[in-house]
Amino acid sequence: MSGGVDSAVAAARAREAGHDVTGVHLALSRNPQTFRTGARGCCTLEDSRDARRAADVIGIPFYVWDMAEQFHESVVDDFVAEYAAGRTPNPCLRCNEKIKFSAVLDRAIALGFDAVVTGHHARLGADGLLRRSVDLAKDQSYVLAVLTRAQLDRAMFPLGDSTKEQVRAEAAARGLAVADKPDSHDICFIADGDTRGFLADRLGESPGDIVDGRTGAVLGQHSGAYAYTIGQRKGLDLRVPAPDGRPRYVLSITPKTNTVTVGPREDLAVDTVTATRPIWHGADTPAECDVQLRAHGEVVQAVVALTDGELTAHLRSPARGVAAGQAIVAYRPDPAGDIVLGSATITAGAASFPEAATSPGAASPSGVSPSGASASAVGSLPAAGSSADAATSSAGAATSSAGTATSSAGAAVASAPGVAGPVR
Amino acid sequence: MTMVYLDHAATTPMLPEALDAYVAAAREIGNPSSLHAAGRGARRLVEESRERIAAVLGARPSEVVFTSGGTESDNLATKGIHYARRDADPRRNRVVASAVEHHAVLDSVDWLGAHESADISWLPVDATGRVDPASLADLLAEHGDTISVISVQWANNEVGTVQPIAELATLATRAGIPFHTDAVQAVGQIPVDFAASGAAALTVTGHKLGGPVGVGALLLGRDVPTTPLLHGGGQERDVRSGTLDTPGVVAFAVAVEAAIKTQLENAARVSALRDGLVARVCAAVPDAIVNGDPAHRLPGNAHFSFPGCEGDALLLLLDAQGIACSTGSACSAGVAQPSHVLLAMGADDDRARSSLRFTLGHTSTSADVDALLAALPGAVERARRATAWKSPRS
Ligand SMILES: Cc1ncc(COP(=O)(O)O)c(C=O)c1O
Repeated sequence: MSGGVDSAVAAARAREAGHDVTGVHLALSRNPQTFRTGARGCCTLEDSRDARRAADVIGIPFYVWDMAEQFHESVVDDFVAEYAAGRTPNPCLRCNEKIKFSAVLDRAIALGFDAVVTGHHARLGADGLLRRSVDLAKDQSYVLAVLTRAQLDRAMFPLGDSTKEQVRAEAAARGLAVADKPDSHDICFIADGDTRGFLADRLGESPGDIVDGRTGAVLGQHSGAYAYTIGQRKGLDLRVPAPDGRPRYVLSITPKTNTVTVGPREDLAVDTVTATRPIWHGADTPAECDVQLRAHGEVVQAVVALTDGELTAHLRSPARGVAAGQAIVAYRPDPAGDIVLGSATITAGAASFPEAATSPGAASPSGVSPSGASASAVGSLPAAGSSADAATSSAGAATSSAGTATSSAGAAVASAPGVAGPVR
Repeated sequence: MTMVYLDHAATTPMLPEALDAYVAAAREIGNPSSLHAAGRGARRLVEESRERIAAVLGARPSEVVFTSGGTESDNLATKGIHYARRDADPRRNRVVASAVEHHAVLDSVDWLGAHESADISWLPVDATGRVDPASLADLLAEHGDTISVISVQWANNEVGTVQPIAELATLATRAGIPFHTDAVQAVGQIPVDFAASGAAALTVTGHKLGGPVGVGALLLGRDVPTTPLLHGGGQERDVRSGTLDTPGVVAFAVAVEAAIKTQLENAARVSALRDGLVARVCAAVPDAIVNGDPAHRLPGNAHFSFPGCEGDALLLLLDAQGIACSTGSACSAGVAQPSHVLLAMGADDDRARSSLRFTLGHTSTSADVDALLAALPGAVERARRATAWKSPRS
């Protein structure tokens, strides 16, 4: 239980469903602040007190589990290392994979619990299929798609059938004071929201060139390539304006040469995405499906194939702002909620659609290629999705944190005092 | 689910007579500082309570300073005596305390170091948690003329070890230094006599001996210089301000009196239960380690380390079966820290984190011990498996 409204309502629902529920708040920060500053973060003592109070109201035991060390190792250090390697990590996804559904789940199972309940907005029903939330704007299936079958079998997401608005109304009706607590939007371990400053503190200044992806000309300097993310437009601070006066975007980051390559928006487009460490729940591939390439990002149709532990997606229409380190999540459209087929970590995106190009030079690596500086033009592609998608100014994915409530199933066990499991 | 309460050192249920006295006094009106009849009535209740407490604790009534409890008394004794003695003689800028004090003393002393530039000497303890009087003698030989105050608890709240208070107080008194002892865990459990102990100041609180929470006292020798921490009406000897809590004080006095009157028989009964508990735990969990001093020990205290377990996990598992106990250590941000007491006794981090405290009291029965023994072996086994989560998986 993070101290937010989602995990509080999830815990209340799990209890109401007859489970024997224990609330767990994860202490993730080595030096937690006493109070939240603004709406950011989720790891202050105030949040811990809010969570405890919610557990009181629901009427369940409550404990704080110290996961600071594991969180630091698996999430924070990984976050920094990924940026240092020119990739764009998603820490929420990593936290689900390594903390909530690994360290917490393992400990809970060992202690005799049956499952971990969280306040994530996603559906996981009796069919065992992970689906998008009914609230598409709040859907978090993207950051849960990394879970294996075994992890999903021990997971419960009681909020998937509700909108955020309904969850808030229910919290108010249940007398939970967190009902109108603002959502947390940012990376929970960067309390002031300054990702660039956070990385600079840890990685130091490392000046390098910003080069034009078409001409190779040096357009400016950066003080650390980790501060950039694919598709970023703002904050490039280029001395030389583009000849056509149009904005330029980060096309690729090359840690080896410490260069940031920029170019016009159309050069961001890719239509082939390769990814590693796949988790696949679907049937045989190649499979026709929808893919999503970052949190709250656009969805495009694709053909996905798995070969030799690699996932390759051929996009039916090009996508922009595809960054290595982010997840590609494959969905099968379904009237009862799009079904997660699988996911993998993006390693590269490439453009291979000369027929779509109006300018010469095509089939060139783009986006996340290690040799992005040589990317050549692929002009006038039909824009996919909305136009704002690639213009993110801050690095990293939008994150929202879901708290954790641990539950042990079975009211039957609960009604047998003095016997059976340790937790009744 | 019936609750098995094995956490009397945290707080113990109010004695029925103390509760009755509280309710009766709470029906009355009157501020004991008021001059009218109602005020005089309240004053009388307070002064009678003061006399009753003094009588059973070997103090004069004028030495009883009512406070809001143990924490306030500890703060007043350590900071108040330090300020007064240092202000009278700036060379007296050193505070001495044992390394196993309750946080109410520990953090007060730390604070004097951090904010008042006091020098601090921590008295070490042996593996059972006892202070060696010789180490105080050495310290006095070296620093005797610069020490403002010495504070050593009468008995430890975590591991139950009882300190050689008379010897320590004698050494301090001979050196002309006020000696404070936090006797919160001792009063009502073992014999405590303020005058006979030789201490200059002694902390006692209501809720550890059958009285209400939020009321206690500092027994303070009349000639011990003490700077007040709470300023105001000066109600208590000008060293402590605040309207006296008449019903609290009355119930506190009833509880102190009752606890001390029944101390011997209660201690015999509770220590027999405790000895049975320890023997059975050691039989059920053969590698359990008993912490603390086997002889100089509070009658209700049983303290163990369970190798390979996290105390936290054990607590959760026992709590789920209706058994209340404690890891004994303070929380920081809700997260248990390894106990400074066990670390001072030479335990390593793992042993400190694997510890669990069971404390028996006036309501404890053999059925409580039976219930614990029914639950503990399984909980230990589970908790051991749960420690595996710590090893990171790839
Ligand atoms: C040894 C000791 N000193 C002081 C205190 C604090 O007393 P109180 O809770 O009355 O503030 C306690 C109790 O927690 C204690 O065990």
